[in-house]
Amino acid sequence: MSSADAAVSRWMGEDMQKRVASRYAAERRFRFFGFAAVALSVAFLAFLLINMAWKGLGGFTQTEARLMIDFPRSNLMLDPATLRGPQAQESVATAGLDGVLEQAAVAQFGEGGGEMFGGASARALGDQLIADPGLLDRKAELWLPVSSKADIAAKGDGDPAIEKLVAKADTKRLFNSGFLTASDATDPSEVGVWGALKGSFLTILVTMALAFPIGVMAALYLEEYAPRNRWTDMIEVSINNLAAVPSIIFGLLGLAVFLNFMHLPRSAPLVGGLTLALMTMPVIVIAGRNAITSVPPSIRDAALGVGASKMQVVFHHVLPLALPGILTGTIIGMARALGETAPLLMIGMRAFIASPPQGISDPSSVLPVQIFLWSDEVGRGFVEKTSAAIIVLLIFMLLMNGLAIYLRNRFERRW
Amino acid sequence: MIDTIVPKPTETEEANIVEGPPKMSARDVSVFYGDKQALQGVGVDIHDDKVTAFIGPSGCGKSTFLRCLNRMNDTIPGARVTGEIELDGDDIYASKMDVVQLRARVGMVFQKPNPFPKSIYENVAYGPRIHGLAENKGQLDQIVEKSLKRAGLWEEAKDRLQESGTALSGGQQQRLCIARAIAVDPEVILMDEPCSALDPIATAKIEELIHELRGRYAIAIVTHNMQQAARVSQRTAFFHLGEMVEYGKTTDIFTNPREQRTQDYITGRYG
Amino acid sequence: MATSSGHTIKAFDEDLDRLRALISQMGGQAEHAIRESLRCLVQHDLDGAAKIVEDDKKLDALEIETEQRAVQLIALRAPMAADLRDVVAAMKISSVVERIGDYAKNIAKRVPLLEAGHVIEPLSLLPEMGRMATEMVHDVLNAFVQRDAEAAERVIERDKAVDDFYNSIFRTLLTYMMEKPNNIGQSAHLLFIAKNVERVGDHATNIAEMVYYAATGDYYVDRPKGADSLANLD
Repeated sequence: MSSADAAVSRWMGEDMQKRVASRYAAERRFRFFGFAAVALSVAFLAFLLINMAWKGLGGFTQTEARLMIDFPRSNLMLDPATLRGPQAQESVATAGLDGVLEQAAVAQFGEGGGEMFGGASARALGDQLIADPGLLDRKAELWLPVSSKADIAAKGDGDPAIEKLVAKADTKRLFNSGFLTASDATDPSEVGVWGALKGSFLTILVTMALAFPIGVMAALYLEEYAPRNRWTDMIEVSINNLAAVPSIIFGLLGLAVFLNFMHLPRSAPLVGGLTLALMTMPVIVIAGRNAITSVPPSIRDAALGVGASKMQVVFHHVLPLALPGILTGTIIGMARALGETAPLLMIGMRAFIASPPQGISDPSSVLPVQIFLWSDEVGRGFVEKTSAAIIVLLIFMLLMNGLAIYLRNRFERRW
Repeated sequence: MIDTIVPKPTETEEANIVEGPPKMSARDVSVFYGDKQALQGVGVDIHDDKVTAFIGPSGCGKSTFLRCLNRMNDTIPGARVTGEIELDGDDIYASKMDVVQLRARVGMVFQKPNPFPKSIYENVAYGPRIHGLAENKGQLDQIVEKSLKRAGLWEEAKDRLQESGTALSGGQQQRLCIARAIAVDPEVILMDEPCSALDPIATAKIEELIHELRGRYAIAIVTHNMQQAARVSQRTAFFHLGEMVEYGKTTDIFTNPREQRTQDYITGRYG
Repeated sequence: MATSSGHTIKAFDEDLDRLRALISQMGGQAEHAIRESLRCLVQHDLDGAAKIVEDDKKLDALEIETEQRAVQLIALRAPMAADLRDVVAAMKISSVVERIGDYAKNIAKRVPLLEAGHVIEPLSLLPEMGRMATEMVHDVLNAFVQRDAEAAERVIERDKAVDDFYNSIFRTLLTYMMEKPNNIGQSAHLLFIAKNVERVGDHATNIAEMVYYAATGDYYVDRPKGADSLANLD
């Protein structure tokens, strides 16, 4: 056999074929496991989303029922003139609309009809009266939001007795815009996420306003200006460790320094932002340093060769090229900060805040904390609201991340 | 009577023309990286309107020496330079010499073309802008056009000034880098193996460009390619193991070098 | 300057060696041709002379080959410094050696023109002069292969002896021609032949200068040559 023939038979022999077959099998196995891992992750994600959606979508809707109210016959101590005047809100609040509703409900639905409507309904009635004071002079059929219990019953999750009651009424489901515009309340049908949303937004603003410039400046200094010695090595190790510290420790730090020592207003986005900034800064510094290191030295050399000073090299060339990497680090830091609950609980953002904050020093809540508080509530109505709030949080995070990714892509440059 | 055509002075006749003082001169220059010595006792002159080539095997210190001439070694931590290097008689390592200005007067072109990731216009305009060489946009436009013309890139680039500098071919990018160096109106141009990343045609264009630039700037070029040094330069310095072994007229070095080491290297008997 | 180690690219060394070998070969052939032509002249060997004329073609072919190899070497190897000087010298030397071969042919062509059996006395001096000249050629080509500048210098000095030899043959032949006018034809041929041999010596000197330049890179400074002029005639 010539050497060429020997070579061919060596490669075509049975031994070789077996090896080829087992190699293909190994590759198939690997691909399968990879796919399975991805599929499992997708399944978990899908499960979470579907579960939330199932439970939470109901929170975006509100049931309304039709009620006949005979205003002249009820003993309502309101007159149209007041309703048109400046004292309208006050008079409506004190007019005892609850009683009128209960009367009318019992009249329409029989015994137990009082369960149909609640405080929210009374407030809605008051708003309608202010809008149209002429109603007081006649018998009107109004669409009013039902009580929380009735709402749950209408969605099929409540007390059997109330469900029967609701079945008797003429109901419709509406999109609950109040959920997005109102703040926390005791009545689950009246709660809204706006207060918490605004609080989250303000907190993130403070966080970014502090963490981004400080983190970027620190990264620039450490990479470009600081001498390489044991001190800077220690600083690098410390920053890396800081990024791994549990977030509740930052909460303790915030409590001790910002609240007890500096006496800043409790539960304000300012303090929350400061605490979260402490937490986010190491992430930005690390990502920033990596991005700055990855700027090729040829660009620096080119700039120096043309006679640029160190600062000009850094700000005209290094920083713009490192910006995509820095923004990526910022996205990661921000995503983490958006979802933080523990440190904010420590600094007191666990209170019941019924109105949205006006500024960064007003007491407020943040969305994750709000979710946590609602999940603790007893009322059945809070279950769907909690899930609905989770959906809002997810969408909020998606939007913010999307914005950051858009910004990063804008600044992405090829070199 | 036949009109005689008087030829321009050739290389050999040039030898008889008296030389003025050198634009840059180095005496006894040594470079240390920490404890390791990379260069020892180097002395060389760079003259106006002459191209000085530095040749030698890898790692012999020629790039290190080139980078001493515009103090780029300052950016390397632990690098120490001793000896004297003068530009127009002024010591460039003296404390009163501003490094930034020095680097504008002594420009550099690197081995791998490294245009900024900006537009062609911006690449060339950046230098003049940061040094305040133009008072208004019109003057800046003029500087950009002049530099691109001198670098032989104007015809190819004039309609695409806003396109990214990195979209050009390798040879065009290197000419852009040369235009960028020219734009700050330097007195000396240092080139560190400018053609080693380019194909032969692009290389030939750059060599022709060097020949054209010679009249205006003093040029020092480091090259691996001996034939290029022979083609392009009038003075050659041969470096070996951190020392400068021989320095003289290019024709002499390549036809009749004085040192055995030089002869071995250029005839290919080295290693 | 002597060359130290060989080239990193061995084929370069081989090319240079082959070029030198060609020069040596040409030199040997030219020496042999001169000596042979003078022997044929003395012994009136017509066949031998014809062969010399034939063989000159081979020398011409060798010269062409040498030139081709030299051009190839320059194109492909880009020789520098001493290598470049060597190659340029080889090209020039090959054409000079070819001319020496032409002189041998010239001498051989005159052999049939001389009368057999009519031995002219000055004829016997020519082989000795030829030997001196061919030895110069031999030594100078050795100097080329060895890159020995000093050996080349010594060759240059020997040209004086050849020139002196020529001068004496010239005077002898003149005297002979005046004494025996019916031999003027033969004597004229001998004169030309002697001049050819003297030119061989001069060519060897030229080659020596080329060798000197190739080896040192400097040009040989002329020393006053042996009196070669017609001014010293009686």
